[in-house]
Formats: sequence, structure tokens, C-alpha cells
Amino acid sequence: MELARIVEIVNGRVICGEEKLRRTVKYGFSSDLMSDVLTINIENLLLMTGLANPQTIRTAEMADIEFILFVRNKKITMEMIKLARENDIVLITTGYSLFRTSGLLFNAGLKPVY
Amino acid sequence: MKLNFQVEGGNFAKAGVASSEVKKVLKKLGVPPMIIRRIVVALYEAEVNIVAHAQQGIISVDLHHDKVEIELRDKGPGIGDISQAMQEGFSTASEEVRAMGFGAGMGLPNIKKNADELNIESKVGEGTTVHITNYFAKP
Repeated sequence: MELARIVEIVNGRVICGEEKLRRTVKYGFSSDLMSDVLTINIENLLLMTGLANPQTIRTAEMADIEFILFVRNKKITMEMIKLARENDIVLITTGYSLFRTSGLLFNAGLKPVY
Repeated sequence: MKLNFQVEGGNFAKAGVASSEVKKVLKKLGVPPMIIRRIVVALYEAEVNIVAHAQQGIISVDLHHDKVEIELRDKGPGIGDISQAMQEGFSTASEEVRAMGFGAGMGLPNIKKNADELNIESKVGEGTTVHITNYFAKP
């Protein structure tokens, strides 16, 4: 699924990484636990999370995750945006809950990891 | 090539800086991405452990032509029972650590999974030393 389509489905807002909106995303993973995220070893993955702090971006950097969708309008700090830009990570926010976001994108064809 | 980093206990804003630098160096050296991933996931979990539990620590990364040897030496509370700490789900992390998305007792199991060789030595009241070795190519 195209990243732009994901943004549309969740009524999202792109914070940084607009140039990657034409990229295809195949898998989705929803978690607020970064050690859980670090067990994933798969490309073209969207991380959906309610955990908004610099460690979320660091975790994505280490796990080679290029796309993060923050739910419930979490505040994205300048420090997080700077880290994301340095590592070519796309940040998106949505007002929807993690449950609703996951459900919508699962229905639209995003594949689960486990 | 040797790289050294100081890690400050409790400073979550900087947790991951060392792992990020090591990742950049490994990329420049042309190490395969799948192998880089294993190394930096193990290193990052161990770096977060120092920030989460210790007062301070030193990370030494020794890059050889065929492998990387990492030593994380901290001054901290130490681990009383290492085999218990290795169990998934066992954690002594504070609320602050949990709020950062860690501290669910998966760190050490994650390190073990991603390290080719892992050795942990610890003395209660003094600190912990973690040795991680990963090879760039599987023999």
C-alpha cells in the first residue's frame, strides 16, 4: 500500500519525510514497547505507536524502520523531528486511537508481522 | 579501529547516541545491513540498560576485519542473579524507564538473540560488564 494512501485512511498529517509518500508499505506493527519493536526484522514496515519520545525514533533507526505513525495526536518534539530527518524516517500523526488506526489499516490490506 | 563512548546514567535524551555512531561506522565499512542490524540492536539494548540502571558507563567498540567486539562496562547496582535477569519478562526497571518504552524484561533476551557471543559479569554494588562479539560473515 502506498504511504500516501495510509495517511489518507487515518486522516493523518505528515510531520517529515513527504518525499517518501510514494513508497510502498507492506507490513504494520503496533506497539508502545520498544524492546518488542526491536525483535522485528522486516523491511517496508509501518510502526504505529502511542509512545512519542526520542527513543521511539532511535528504536526505528536501529531496527531499520522507515515509517512511524503516532496515534492520538501525540506531541512530536523538534528533537524527534531532527533525529528522524537525520535517519530518513517519515513521521506521521493521527488523532485516531492505536486500535482504530490498526483496524483501519489491517482492513485496507496492511499485513501483520506475527 | 577502536571507538569509545561515555554513557551517563539517567540521561535518556542521549540514550542511543553511541549505538547510532557505531551504526554509521559499520555502514561506511560496508558491513551487510542484516549483520549491522543485529549488532546495533544488541548494542542499543545494552546502552539503554546502562542509562536505565547504572550511574555511568563506558562502551568500547573494537572493530576487526572479520568481527566486532563490544565491551560495556558500568558502575551501577550490578545484577544479583544473571540467569534470572536473562529470563524474558524479569525486570527491575523504574517507572521512568518504562515510560521510555523499555523495562519489560526483554532487553537481555534481545541482546542474547542478536549477539553471536555474549558474556556478562557482574558484582552487586559495583557494576556490570557485558561483552558482545559479532562476526561480519557467518563461517
